[in-house]
Amino acid sequence: MSEEWKFTAKDIAEKPDLFLSGHRACAGCAPATVLRLIMKATRGPTIVTEATGCMEVVSSIYPYTSWAVPWLHTAFETAAANAAGIEAALKIMRKKCKRKQEHVDVIAIAGDGGTYDIGLQALSGAVERGHDFLFVLYDNEAYMNTGIQRSGGTPHGAATTTSPAGSIVPGKVEYKKPIAEIMLAHEMPYVATASPYYWRDLIAKARKGLEVEGPAFLHVFAPCPRGWRSDAAKSIELSRLAVETCVFPLWESANGKCQLSTPSKLIALAPQKKRPVSDYLQGQGRFRHLFTPKGKKMLDEVQSRTDERWQRLLKKCQET
Amino acid sequence: MKNVCKQDLMAMNGDEAVAYAVKQADVDVVAAYPITPQTIIVEKFSEYVANGEVETEFVCTESEHSALTACLAAAVTGARTFTASASAGLALMHEMLFVTSGCRAPVVMAIANRALSAPLNIHGDHSDTMAQRDSGWIQLYVENAQEAYDSIIQAFRIAEDLQVLLPAMVGLDGFTLSHSLENVNGLPDEVVKKFVGVRELPLVATHEGKNAPFKLDPEKPMTMGPIAFPDYYFEFKRQQDEAMKNALSVIQRVHDEYAELSGRSYGNGLFEAYQLDDAEVAAVCLGSTAGTMKTVVDELRQDGVKAGLLRLRTFRPLPVEELQKALSHAKAIAVMDRSLSFGGNGGAVFHEIRHVLYDAATHPFVVNYVYGLGGRDSSPKELRVIYEELQRILQTKHVEKTINYLGLRE
Repeated sequence: MSEEWKFTAKDIAEKPDLFLSGHRACAGCAPATVLRLIMKATRGPTIVTEATGCMEVVSSIYPYTSWAVPWLHTAFETAAANAAGIEAALKIMRKKCKRKQEHVDVIAIAGDGGTYDIGLQALSGAVERGHDFLFVLYDNEAYMNTGIQRSGGTPHGAATTTSPAGSIVPGKVEYKKPIAEIMLAHEMPYVATASPYYWRDLIAKARKGLEVEGPAFLHVFAPCPRGWRSDAAKSIELSRLAVETCVFPLWESANGKCQLSTPSKLIALAPQKKRPVSDYLQGQGRFRHLFTPKGKKMLDEVQSRTDERWQRLLKKCQET
Repeated sequence: MKNVCKQDLMAMNGDEAVAYAVKQADVDVVAAYPITPQTIIVEKFSEYVANGEVETEFVCTESEHSALTACLAAAVTGARTFTASASAGLALMHEMLFVTSGCRAPVVMAIANRALSAPLNIHGDHSDTMAQRDSGWIQLYVENAQEAYDSIIQAFRIAEDLQVLLPAMVGLDGFTLSHSLENVNGLPDEVVKKFVGVRELPLVATHEGKNAPFKLDPEKPMTMGPIAFPDYYFEFKRQQDEAMKNALSVIQRVHDEYAELSGRSYGNGLFEAYQLDDAEVAAVCLGSTAGTMKTVVDELRQDGVKAGLLRLRTFRPLPVEELQKALSHAKAIAVMDRSLSFGGNGGAVFHEIRHVLYDAATHPFVVNYVYGLGGRDSSPKELRVIYEELQRILQTKHVEKTINYLGLRE
């Protein structure tokens, strides 16, 4: 990896947007903010490819586009396979002098459906083969594009249209798949989690993911006011609360060395700063049923599983 | 033909002949996943890569779905691409076949035709490619290993032609062709390289209003594979159909040009007519069965029967007018299908040929023979029955059974 990229808020503000305004994302859509920030991290010629999903649909309505970079969409489960094909073509065509000799970064973007579920096979394969690309997961924790259906990334207890909070079944019974750890188990060069509230950390990690040679995986927390039944003005605040409650801790692993990122590191150093999960959950309609007498058990489960996962992460980062 | 170049005579099976053609065609990216009876193609090609005999990025994907996706993405990055598959593998690609043709990515794919499960069967029939006939891919079917070699080379020129820009699949019968050793004449490397040329890209208007080559290029950004609503989608599809029509003449042109070079031709490139000009009874078939059928036709001709054969090479695009012209003088026609359209009253080729002949003034009898499913062999004796039945129809002016099954226990 080259020397660490230093940037100021002014640098970021002045850098022209590559994900342009005029797209049709909903008010308060955190994924749109995430994409804009990710594109601020580019270091030169870049090609973006996206899985089918909210961000693909809102940004490429023919004959319009929000992409100031070359961009490809093929299908739902194919973001990583697209990246593999693009990278393979760039590599051999440079070698055969059929393209300019410059390096071109490749970014694959997918939501939780296109990553945890239908796209996992292609992602795992592309990472195993070692293609040089950055995979960005914008995790809004359900199939929002098709109308809020549960995914492998939907958290325990959340109500979605296919895991509704009914009189017998209280929302999603299963737990969120630990996707970043699954990717870490691929022994890939770079894995990190990020949240748009900590925009500086997010941009720096996206840049590291581009700079590293070989595959990089960036799991970005991305609230969806429509799907989470939350206030459109609170998406960034929820992005902070998820980190402060350790529901979504921030960490990174470069070449196998796992470490907490500053916001989570501060909680590890001063555990009294760790907030209860209810602080994060109660602003969201999808968890409303957890705050009834009947929902108490599930609320406790969310807290205990969050604590377990946090402890496991601390161990992994050798913070205990 | 005086300009025919010197060639190397090699012993190869159909799969090896395909791999050899791909090796010579200056392919940039091959992404593939193994499946019987196609496996030899990717194995052989892996050897070429391992021995440095090709300048190709070989991507060994984790599924056929990703194999075709990677080829598609590489193709829109400007690369010449190839993959190979069969049966379940092609079925797994189904979704991406449509995306590939819709993105106008000229991927070339060899299919070692094989039956579809269940029950599991690794042997040859045409169920796999026939199930993909509406996916927007050009479909060529070959008779032997030599034609497999020749057609793969031609397929790159056809698919990449700026009037076409569509993906193309070349079907060779599983095991019968994929695994049988034959004599194959190979053109010199430099001749093939020159014939396929460097891939040209069409100029298209970007969203910034610039004219740019149709590829992912940071200097001239382009949005590919967008979402199109009812206000635009239909036009995209209509253009694809137009490109298919354009392919008819391109296939013939490329075939003729290649014939000059190699001394080998396959009818007009669209189909091959064998003893068809004065035939009263004629059969239509695809692929390797044509070899046996020609023997049967020869025997019948010796017996004084005016028998003929049309071997359809280009199934998509369907050469409607040409077929009508070639077949309309025959009085009774048997269409052979090596796949079934369950509940569709006959196989896919039968449907198409009957459709072609509907407008023919002569209005011949047309019957269907379903044969060879799951690799079942069809002997000359069995195939002869088809012509005998056609003769009976002519004599009695009566069709007893429109849909017939050859060599089946019933």
